[in-house]
Amino acid sequence: MEDFMLRGLMGGVGVALVTGPVGCFIVWRKMAYFGNSMAHTALLGVAIGFAFGIDLRLGILISCMSLTILLVFLQSRKTLSTDTLLGILAHMALAVGFIAVSLLETIRVDLMGYLFGDILAVGALDLWWIYLGGAAALGVLAWLWRGLLAVTVNEELASAEGVPTFAVKLVFMILIAFIIAVAMKLIGILLIISMLIIPPAAARRFSKTPEQMAALAVLAGVVSVAAGLWASLEWNAPAGPCVVVAASALFLFSYVWEMIAGGR
Amino acid sequence: MTNDARRSLVTAANLHLRIGETTILHDVGLDIAAGEILTLIGPNGAGKTTLVRVLLGLLKPDSGAVRRKEGLSVGYLPQSFEVDHSLPLTVRRLLRLTQKASAGQMAESLEEVGAGDLLDHPVQSLSGGERQRVLLARALLRDPELLVLDEPIQNVDVNGQSELYRLIAKIRDDRGCGVILISHDLHLVMAFTDRVVCLNRHICCTGHPEAVSKNPEYLALFGKHAAESLAVYTHKHDHVHGPEGEILPVEREEARHPHGGA
Repeated sequence: MEDFMLRGLMGGVGVALVTGPVGCFIVWRKMAYFGNSMAHTALLGVAIGFAFGIDLRLGILISCMSLTILLVFLQSRKTLSTDTLLGILAHMALAVGFIAVSLLETIRVDLMGYLFGDILAVGALDLWWIYLGGAAALGVLAWLWRGLLAVTVNEELASAEGVPTFAVKLVFMILIAFIIAVAMKLIGILLIISMLIIPPAAARRFSKTPEQMAALAVLAGVVSVAAGLWASLEWNAPAGPCVVVAASALFLFSYVWEMIAGGR
Repeated sequence: MTNDARRSLVTAANLHLRIGETTILHDVGLDIAAGEILTLIGPNGAGKTTLVRVLLGLLKPDSGAVRRKEGLSVGYLPQSFEVDHSLPLTVRRLLRLTQKASAGQMAESLEEVGAGDLLDHPVQSLSGGERQRVLLARALLRDPELLVLDEPIQNVDVNGQSELYRLIAKIRDDRGCGVILISHDLHLVMAFTDRVVCLNRHICCTGHPEAVSKNPEYLALFGKHAAESLAVYTHKHDHVHGPEGEILPVEREEARHPHGGA
């Protein structure tokens, strides 16, 4: 196997290890739109990174956390629904991000790379980021798991039983921002959320417990990455979208499976 | 104070709370003792759930004092409990979500609420009544001194409703715990409650259920609603079975609120 393929595969597998369990919570908590808004905000983070000459991942963390803080503040005013607020903030951030990136003439920004990812351009440094950052993210999630699950099942009950619900939800939002920052290079900001949502959705039908679903989501993610990369090489197609198509195929398979099994 | 003699669990006095421009609680005082079933009744938006949140220490009042028995263990049943279908969760897992419980303890507490066969069912497949029983079993695992149930009979069919109330009364008898029930229908809880507090942002009246049901303030607040619910439940003949001509207030009420008597 070529070196760049191996690095791409390792990077993809590393991302799938984290997006599986975290993505389950995004599905359970119906936060897909929030995730997408975060991802769109990441383009602004790329511009920040270039403008100030800092690591792009840091730029993305800054922009995504700003979005989170702004959202929590606006939510507390209780005038517009979260849905609408996200629609405003995310597209504003995306538009400003586009303008900022296009104004940075001195740097040749490969816009397509940021939008759809470039899994085959993953370098050694990226792998360090993915595996060390991923391990940190999984550590935080493991620490958060019990409380976050309780909040997901019923927030009122969780708070009555002593779970610090606001803190738990905030840490989880920051965790999503962190994962987008780390995984953006592979899948791109337009598709990253699909890696958080589709593998858990495919895993749902085969799971009896939350932990089982998280584990199966990891498996589904790893299979999608491998199949997507293979398809990308075979047909000389962009790798990120190929991974997403592979994941979607897995989901459709699980759907058909349930229809057949459900017809017993 | 008689409170000490009655083994008071929570005592609250002079509670005031505003959220934004709206006064939610105005000079509210309340106490609940072990072995007592207290029903909080009031129209929607009367501040019932808010008051309970203040009593449990989940919400800070603007002023007033809440005193809880030291180390008070509380079992809480929220007003709504819907788990998204995307989350695979069995009753077994729900029981152990935030607390440790052995298989024996879980079986025992499910047995106590008459839901012994539900352990491995997905929570999404439970009926309204089963769900309340499972949540009750979950609360009992905490060995609560105080049970708080927020509108427990929502989504429970009519037969299940009185069964559920009987179960709650039985748990109180067996365990001697205090119970706070939130309801907006006095007539259904009447037989199972020791004391009623009628709340509409302030305390309108309080006392034994029958006294409250005749209180002019209660009737002013609930006249229409109470009459309507009587119309719905007349086939159960709730009031003809009562002692000493209890039908009279019903007739008078219907006369005063003709829309309820139809």
